[in-house]
Amino acid sequence: MREGFNRVPIHVRVNGKDYERTVEPRMLLVEFIREELDLTGTHIGCDTTYCGACTVLLNGAAVKSCTMFAFQAHEGEVTTVEGLAKGDQLHPAQKAFAENHGLQCGYCTPGFLMSTVQLLASHPHPTEKEIRKGIAGNTCRCTGYQNILKAIRAAAEATEDISAEFQGIR
Amino acid sequence: MYPSAFRYYRPATLVEASEILTELGEDAKALAGGQSLIPLMKLRLSAPSSLVDLNFIPGLAYIERRNGSLYLGAMARHTDIENSAEAAKIPILHDCAAGIADVQVRNRGTIGGSVAEADPSGDWGAVLLTLDSDVHAIGPGGSRTIPLADFFRDAYTTALVPGEMVKQISVMAPPKNHGGAFIAFKRCAPVYASASAAVGITLGEKDTCKDARIVLGCVGLMAIRAGEAEEALRGQKLTPKTIEAAAEAAMAAADPQPDMRGSAEYKRVLVRALVKRAIDIAARRARGEHVEAGHEYAGRI
Repeated sequence: MREGFNRVPIHVRVNGKDYERTVEPRMLLVEFIREELDLTGTHIGCDTTYCGACTVLLNGAAVKSCTMFAFQAHEGEVTTVEGLAKGDQLHPAQKAFAENHGLQCGYCTPGFLMSTVQLLASHPHPTEKEIRKGIAGNTCRCTGYQNILKAIRAAAEATEDISAEFQGIR
Repeated sequence: MYPSAFRYYRPATLVEASEILTELGEDAKALAGGQSLIPLMKLRLSAPSSLVDLNFIPGLAYIERRNGSLYLGAMARHTDIENSAEAAKIPILHDCAAGIADVQVRNRGTIGGSVAEADPSGDWGAVLLTLDSDVHAIGPGGSRTIPLADFFRDAYTTALVPGEMVKQISVMAPPKNHGGAFIAFKRCAPVYASASAAVGITLGEKDTCKDARIVLGCVGLMAIRAGEAEEALRGQKLTPKTIEAAAEAAMAAADPQPDMRGSAEYKRVLVRALVKRAIDIAARRARGEHVEAGHEYAGRI
C-alpha cells in the first residue's frame, strides 16, 4: 500500500454477484457499473452531484455514484436498479411508480427508485416531510413530483406486506 | 468529466496516511467523503497527483461522549451524526447534520472533511463555533489540539500544516440552561445555503440572556462571529426589541458576495431574518422546549 497504485484491484459485490476487476483510480463508480459491468440502468444525468439519476445503494446507503470512485466500493455491496426486481416480479417501489405514473421519460427513475428503497428501509412509515426529504437529492424534469410522491406513498403502504424475498434488498 | 489521473494510496492508519502525505508533498490530497473534492476534481479545478484514501482506516467514525465532551471521529458521516442519540443531546448538531445537501451526500460526506475543507459555504464551521469546539489533528509533528476559532484562517485555509489531518472534533457539552439553533436557507437540497445563522443562548436568572454566540455562515470568507450582535443580547431580557437589535447588528456584520444565490443586499436581509428566528428557537430550547430547526428550502419542502 505504501507505494500506491496506478491501477487498483477491487472486489465489489453488485446485485448479489461478486466482481473482481482492476481499475484506474480515477474511474468513477457510475462508469464502473455502466462500462465495466454493463449495468446501464444506472444513469448519468448532471454528472455534478446534483440530480441523483446515478443513485445506487452502497452497503444499504443511497449514494451518488458519479461522486465516488470505483475503488471506494472495494469490499462493499452495491445494489443498482437491476437488483430490485426478482425475475418477473417487480419490487414494490417499481410497481408503485408504474401504477401511479411516477415517471414520464423515465431517465431519473432508477435514481428515484434507489432513494425510495433507502427511504422505506429507514422509514417504513414515512411522513410527508420524510418522503420529501428522502427524495430531495433527486431531480425530475417531467413529472412535477406529484405522482412520484403518490407512488412513494403507495410503495410505503405496499411495503407493509412486502414479501420476504424483497426484505433483503438494502 | 473525468478527473485527471492520479496515484492511489490506501493507508491502514492515520499515522501512515500522514507519512505518505508528508512524503508526497502538497500535490497529494487526503480523501475523506469526497463530496467536495470529487466534484472539484471532475471539473479539473483540483488535480492532485495522488489521493490518500482515509476510508479504509478503521475506527475513525465514532460519536461518543467522554468526560463531558462529545467526540466526533473525523470520518463520522453527516448521516451518522444525524442518527446519533449522543449528538442529538446537542440539538444544534442535529439541525446541521440532518440537512446538509441531500441524503446521498450526507451518507458519504464527513465532518472531518467538511471542517478541513473550510469552505465558506460549509455548514459545520458556523455551528461548531457556537460551542466550545476543538480540532484534534495528527501530522508529521505528532498530535495537537487546536481551538476551532484558531483553526479556520481564511476561505479554504486552515491551521493544518502539510501532512496534517483532522483526527477528531470535540465539543464541550453545554450547560442545561443553554440552547442552540441553526437555520440555513437553501434554494433546494443539493446546493449550498444562501445564508445561515447559528446561535447559542445561555439563559441566566429571570430569563435574561447570560451569554450568546451568534455566527453567520455563507456571508463571508469564513463563518463570521457577530460580536456586536452577541453584545446586544448579553445581560438583556430577550424581547422583540433586543432580538431585533441583535439581528440588525448581525446584518451589519455580514459581508456577503453577490452571486447566483442572491445579491449582497438580499443576503444581508436574509441574515437578519434567520438570526431573529434562530435566537427565538435557541432561547426556547434553553427553556427546555422541543422545537425543530435546520435547513429550509425555498422550494420543495
